[in-house]
Order: sequence, then C-alpha cells, then structure tokens
Amino acid sequence: MKLKWISYPYVFWMILFIVIPLMLVLVFSFTTGNLSFTLENFQKFFQPLYLKVLGKSVDLALKSTLACLILGYPIAMIISKESIKKRNAMILLFVLPMWMNFLLRTYAWMTLLGKNGVINFLLTKMGFEPLNLLYNDSAVLMGMIYNFLPFMVLPIYSVLIKIDKSLIEAAEDLGASKLEVFSKVIFPLSLPGVISGITMVFMPALSTFVISRLLGGGQYYLIGNLVEQQFLLAGDWNFGSAISIIMMIFILIAMIITSKFDKDKEGGGLW
Amino acid sequence: MKNNKVIDLKNVNKEYNGVEVLKNINLYVRENEFLTLLGPSGCGKTTTLRIIGGFEQPTSGEVIFEGKNITSIPPYERQINTVFQKYALFPHMDVFDNVAFGLKIKKIHKSVIKEKVTSMLKMINLEGFENRSIDSLSGGQQQRVAIARALVNEPKVLLLDEPLGALDLKLRKEMQIELKNMQKRVGITFIYVTHDQEEALTMSDTIVVLDKGEIQQIGTPVDIYNEPKNAFVAKFIGESNIIDGIMHEDFVVEFAGKTFECVDKGFADDEEIDVVIRPEDLNIVTADEGMLKGIVKSVTFKGVHYEMIVDSGDFQWKVHSTIMKPVNTEIGMSIIPENIHVMKKVRKK
Repeated sequence: MKLKWISYPYVFWMILFIVIPLMLVLVFSFTTGNLSFTLENFQKFFQPLYLKVLGKSVDLALKSTLACLILGYPIAMIISKESIKKRNAMILLFVLPMWMNFLLRTYAWMTLLGKNGVINFLLTKMGFEPLNLLYNDSAVLMGMIYNFLPFMVLPIYSVLIKIDKSLIEAAEDLGASKLEVFSKVIFPLSLPGVISGITMVFMPALSTFVISRLLGGGQYYLIGNLVEQQFLLAGDWNFGSAISIIMMIFILIAMIITSKFDKDKEGGGLW
Repeated sequence: MKNNKVIDLKNVNKEYNGVEVLKNINLYVRENEFLTLLGPSGCGKTTTLRIIGGFEQPTSGEVIFEGKNITSIPPYERQINTVFQKYALFPHMDVFDNVAFGLKIKKIHKSVIKEKVTSMLKMINLEGFENRSIDSLSGGQQQRVAIARALVNEPKVLLLDEPLGALDLKLRKEMQIELKNMQKRVGITFIYVTHDQEEALTMSDTIVVLDKGEIQQIGTPVDIYNEPKNAFVAKFIGESNIIDGIMHEDFVVEFAGKTFECVDKGFADDEEIDVVIRPEDLNIVTADEGMLKGIVKSVTFKGVHYEMIVDSGDFQWKVHSTIMKPVNTEIGMSIIPENIHVMKKVRKK
C-alpha cells in the first residue's frame, strides 16, 4: 500500500483520456449547441431511418460474432492440441496479419473482391460472368470476420491450453466418449474464453465504420458510419454523442447477457 | 484372497522416442488384492499404471483383463477407474456432480444416482457436502471426493497414482489406514503407485519394486523387507549397509576382512557378492566380544532409536540401537547368521 503513489500517473492518464472524454460525450448528448439541457438528440434517433441503421448494425455484428465463434473455436482447439513449437508457430501466423495496418488489410480485400479485382479477373478468364462481390452485406460481413477472427481465436486458445490434461483423462476414465468429454468438460471449462472472445468481436463489429465504408461502399450505413458522419461531415456533435451513448448501451447489454453464462466470475483470456 | 487373476501384463514394453521406459514387464494382479508399484521417480511405475488404465499403449506386449485382451480398448470402455495424482476433480462442478459424473454418463436413473452418490459421500465422511464447490474443500477432502468419484462406478480395479503425495504427513498416515480399510470393505482390487516405501509396506498385500523400467522383486511386504533380492531393493526398502563380500562356499561368507557364518547357499565358490545388513540387525556389544570392531563417528537421535555411524576402518556402518554409545568410543558389533543377506552383484551399467 505504501507504493500507492506509483499508480498516480496512470490514474491521471485515465482521467485525462478516458473519463473526461466520456463525460464530454455524455454532456454533448444531453445538450443543444448552446449547452442547454435537452432530450432532443435521443428523440431524433428514434425514427425509422436511424433505427434501421441500428438494426442492421446489430444484425451484422451478431452474425459476424457467431461466424467468428463457429470458425474460431475449432481453430483454437486444433492449435491447442499441437506441440508447443507448432502451437507458437501457428499462433504467430494468425497474429502476423495484425501487424499490418488495419486499413491496408481492408483495402486488400477491395482489390480482391472488386469489379476488376483478382477473383473476377480469374472468373472472366475461365469464361464466367463477373460477380458483384463488393459493396454489399456479404462483403462487409466477410471483412468483419476476417479482421476480428483472431480476437475470437486467441482468448479461446489461451483458455484451452490451460485446461489440465488430467481432467480430460479423468472424464475418459469415468466412461465419457470423446464427444461427451467435449460437451461436459472441455466446452464448459472454455466458456470464459468464449465469452471474452464474443465480447472482443462484438464490440468492434458493432462500432466499425471503416469496414462498412470501404467494403460496403459510400452509401452503406452502419451505426459507426452514422457517428463518423455526424462528427466529421454534419458537424452535429450533440447528435453524434447521443448515438455513441446508445451504441455503448447496446454493448453494455451484450456484455451483461454474455457474463450471465459465465458461472464463476473468475474469467480467463483477456478479461 | 481369491486367486483369480484380474489383470495380467504379458511382456509389456514401452518406448518413448526410442527410450525404453518399461522392459518386459510380466505381472499379474489377483482379485481383491492391494498391489503396490513401488520405485523411485522415473522407474516406470506410473507408465505401468497408465497402460493398465488405457491412457498409454504399450509398444509391445498384452494387457489381459479377466482373460480378455484389452490392450487396444480405450479407457472409457474399461471397467477400471483411476484416482489421479492431483485428483483431477472437475472445477466447474460441485461435489455431487463430480461423484455422479460416471453414473450420469451411463444414463442411470436420477433417483439411483442420488442414492448411490449419497451413500458414497457417507462412506467418505463428506455427508452434506453435495453442493460445495471443489475449491472450498481441503486437500484431504478433495482426495476423498476423487476416491468416491472412482469407487461409485463399482469398478473391478481401482488405480491410484500417488494419491496421498500432496497431503501432509499426519493426514497421509490417516488416509493410508482409511484407504486400506476402504479397500477391505468394498472388496475391489487396488493397484497403488507410490515412491514412499513406508506407505507401500503399511498398505500392500503385494509389493512390486521397479527400477529403470524393470521389475526388481515381487513379494509380500515382509518378504521384500526381510529377503530383498538385490542391493537396489535392500537400499530402497528401509535402510541398509551394503558391503562387498566373497562367498567362499555354502554358508560361509567373507566381508570386512572377516569370515562369517550365514544361511545363504547356491553361489559359485569365491563368487563376489553384495552383503546387506539392516542397521537394526547390528547388535552393540563390548569391543572384545564383537565380531566387528569400530569407532563411533556420529550419533543422531531418531526418536525410537539412535542412529550411529561406526567406522570399522574399511567401512562405515549405520547402526540403529536403543543403546547410545558416545562419539569416539570403540565398540563391538555382532550379527546373527539369519540377518546376513547375501545377494548376487547387479552388473554395473
């Protein structure tokens, strides 16, 4: 306790860059341009045009989270079963693309999927009609899954490798088949990893605006684009803040729901 | 004790990456027997147990269970249950669900499961602990839950891999007696792995001494202690003085520069052998009466007896006696012929 002062710089940092900005967002969302209190910003959001945007964002975020879970769990499991050397190499391969800029990776998908992109070039060479791969829901979903998959794999993997092998042997010893070992021992024990994976994917998927803008085309709106537009184009900071608050509430709800599945609050992975 | 063989290992060999860890193990376990695999770490005792449990495949050889070859049958199809070294209790389940795990897998009716688990918890003195989490139990309690979880399935054979290793001395002694009683009550064959010779002597019907992947001796605790087959067994089970000697003819052995009468025979004339003498078998007498003479170098009080190191010039003897002789006194030691154990020399590797 004597060394409490060591934490002061961090506390200062957090107040300056996390707490104050959050307070500002909150204040902006409840005020008008001349700082008088209002609920107008929130009322404005609850009209079909914006609710549709919210619905679409939640829909895509849920779909990409589910896809990441379905893809990511087996991957994490396969990696965790390898020897330490192979395991580290495989994890490195998984993380390697993340060392590159996020924008760059997303642009790469544009050149792959575009009208004159690599895939369509190959298709036309083989005599097929070129496909409309870019600027639709699938392209955005694909971009989200590609970018956020490591955030699902890593927490699940880190929980899986910590599961005591003797627990699996004990279950087998007591008569459990491979499938029963998975459903009764491995999966329940990996839940903390699954939950942090879901949160790690759902949060950025709900708030992304880069993926939807690049792969969804200019007219494609998700809630993240709406916020961006309010701040950068429309200049309506108050409305933009209100949308941010609404988005944060949705993320909070998602976190509360997922943590309900986590029986022991210990957590694992990245929490 | 019945004489039916429950488990029979035939010429079992095991290699890991070209390193032999088990060499031609032949071993059978009878019904209701308490058999202990005893040896230092790395001797292959746990590997032997894991082969019986089905967690490892022997490189060659057969595992016979009640007359049937089960070598390639997976663990979940064997009527054998295991108590693991660190208990391996499921941390996401409470005590009841842990014990009920095997029964639930077998899809036994809920009311039967409840009945069986309750009576099992009663037997291990953990009534009322059904809904406790595993973390909230002490080491001894976790240990008993692990035993209950295995026994509730009524296996033919229970494998125990150093189950008392993590407990403190007092609790370990209590659990040794409790385990032995439990085994007598439920009438199940126990195969027990330990490196603690005292534990093995206390609990077992039969002890198998292993070293470097080879069986050194199989016998009752009394046999193993009194008639160790070689110097390794003598050294590992209890304390011993092991000294080089020459067997001149039947019943005549020479060591420490003197000739002694003994009860061993069947060696070649003038064969070089090992002589093993237990520290408690050396009787302290006056220097003139002794067959061996020596000077007391150190005295340590051990509770029941004193341990003295006596230097006879060419050998340092370890002597256990209730009589204490002070350091630097010259004493004599006498041995009766029955307590001189002559053993073939183990070829130095």
